[in-house]
Amino acid sequence: MDNKIALLKLLEENPRLTVAQLAQMADIPLTEAEATIHECEQNHTILGYRTMIDWDKTDLEAVTAFIEVKLQPQRGEGFDRIASHIYRWPEVTSVYLMSGGFDLAVTIQGKSLKEVAMFVATKLAPMEGVTATATHFVLKKYKDQGVEFVSAGETDHRNVIV
Amino acid sequence: MEMRERINPTVLDIRPSGIRRFFNIVSEMKDVISLGIGEPDFVTPWHICDAGIYSLEKGITCYTANAGLLELRREICKYLERRFGLGYDPATQVVVTVGGSEAIDLAVRSLVRPGDEVIIPEPCFVCYDAIVRLAGGVPVPVSTDMEHDFALTPEALEAAVTDKTRLVILSYPNNPTGAIMGRAELEAVAEVIRRHDLMVISDEIYGELTYGGEGHVSVASLPDMYDRTVVVNGFSKTYAMTGWRMGYATGHPEIIAAMTKIHQFAIMSAPTQSQYAAIEALRNGDGDIDRMRDEYDARRRLITEGLIAAGLSCYVPRGAFYVFPCIRSTGMTSEEFAEKLLHEKRVAVVPGDAFGACGEGYVRLSYAASVENITEALRRITEFVAEHKK
Ligand SMILES: Cc1ncc(COP(=O)(O)O)c(C=O)c1O
Repeated sequence: MDNKIALLKLLEENPRLTVAQLAQMADIPLTEAEATIHECEQNHTILGYRTMIDWDKTDLEAVTAFIEVKLQPQRGEGFDRIASHIYRWPEVTSVYLMSGGFDLAVTIQGKSLKEVAMFVATKLAPMEGVTATATHFVLKKYKDQGVEFVSAGETDHRNVIV
Repeated sequence: MEMRERINPTVLDIRPSGIRRFFNIVSEMKDVISLGIGEPDFVTPWHICDAGIYSLEKGITCYTANAGLLELRREICKYLERRFGLGYDPATQVVVTVGGSEAIDLAVRSLVRPGDEVIIPEPCFVCYDAIVRLAGGVPVPVSTDMEHDFALTPEALEAAVTDKTRLVILSYPNNPTGAIMGRAELEAVAEVIRRHDLMVISDEIYGELTYGGEGHVSVASLPDMYDRTVVVNGFSKTYAMTGWRMGYATGHPEIIAAMTKIHQFAIMSAPTQSQYAAIEALRNGDGDIDRMRDEYDARRRLITEGLIAAGLSCYVPRGAFYVFPCIRSTGMTSEEFAEKLLHEKRVAVVPGDAFGACGEGYVRLSYAASVENITEALRRITEFVAEHKK
């Protein structure tokens, strides 16, 4: 694996380590690691540093919905323009262009079912170019971004010393 | 008669495992970061679990052939050829066992007669001494040291050989030191072994976990060592399958026949669903091996550099998933160091003397642990060493 990819994979998994520790793990000089990370931040290969939180374990009320959106493609623009109108809303957490029975897969996060439903009814569905929507509410998150939500924290079944 | 007197004195005389004793202390405590665990922290890759589950769903809940499913023995032979250049006949040269542990026991019981001496380089995994005693043999420990990268030297081996010596147990990559023996080092001790006409049990359970360099070399692949060597291997460390209890031994057909005879009467056959899982591991698991090895390798560098930065001198491990720093600079014994570290900083490590007398002055840390736990443990160990500087 090339050094940059190795370093980025380590950083993705271990964002709280120091650059010196990451450099040790990737077996590259510290200066190279610092330069690579700086460059990747500048050119937006690294888009940010986020934390995975299971909000269901907190008192915060949060609802996630997965919405299938059908579109009328626009001349010369394809789906890009309408997609950008959708993803600019802060309530929208992801937007994917899909093959198959619908065009965009949109996830929305809100405080309540009502809030999400209202967003779809008043903002998304009436948007020009949107021909149909189907809203699916998320009932339980099993795995997200490679992290298992259900078993996390109960995964080490080993004896403390062997 | 006292109940104790009814028990076989050979069993009574076996020292309880030093690891076990320490385990009893640690398991009473809360919030401990344990670097004392000698098994992978990964769970078994899902496709392998799925193959085991599927065999149950199909209702294959019966015994297998004593030596193990022929299909599995075929895959084992292909694997040993592919990874280590060792050629064996699946029908006569392989026995599938309940972990590498059973394979070691079978090999010792098949080769050792009462009174035979068995040379065991130390520090090493805790089972050999006990298994040799139970077979009526006499364990002869030979020290290895940090100056020689914890490898067995031909001089030390030569000095331990007597006219009663029958067998040498080699265990590289090594638990607890992380040492490996390359082709040149093995060739040097093989010369002594051939000259004295000895047999070898080569415990290669960590053979897939070597870092950098030439990779694992099996002593059985050296000239005139093939028939002298019983190779022990297994799935526990390679595929993170400790709980499946799957291992095997390969060697000369007569030795494997003797081992299979004992296995047939003591065990019948290794667990059937585990054998199906093992077939899947050998067929489609090379990618898992590489992924886990790369992960251990990154943690190995992190922990080794961290220990050296903390002021402990430390052999840079080249195999397995252990690091074995010297703690003499603190003026403590291994035992004191481990107990104080546990009580003062809540980090569990294993005292080096649990792996043989010459492990005194060292402790074993396992890096089969998460990066968060390793970095936090390093932080605490650094504090601890600074507070106890002599
Ligand atoms: C050197 C060595 N050999 C053999 C074993 C036994 O492994 P298993 O019986 O799980 O295959 C171990 C386990 O820790 C080991 O460290």
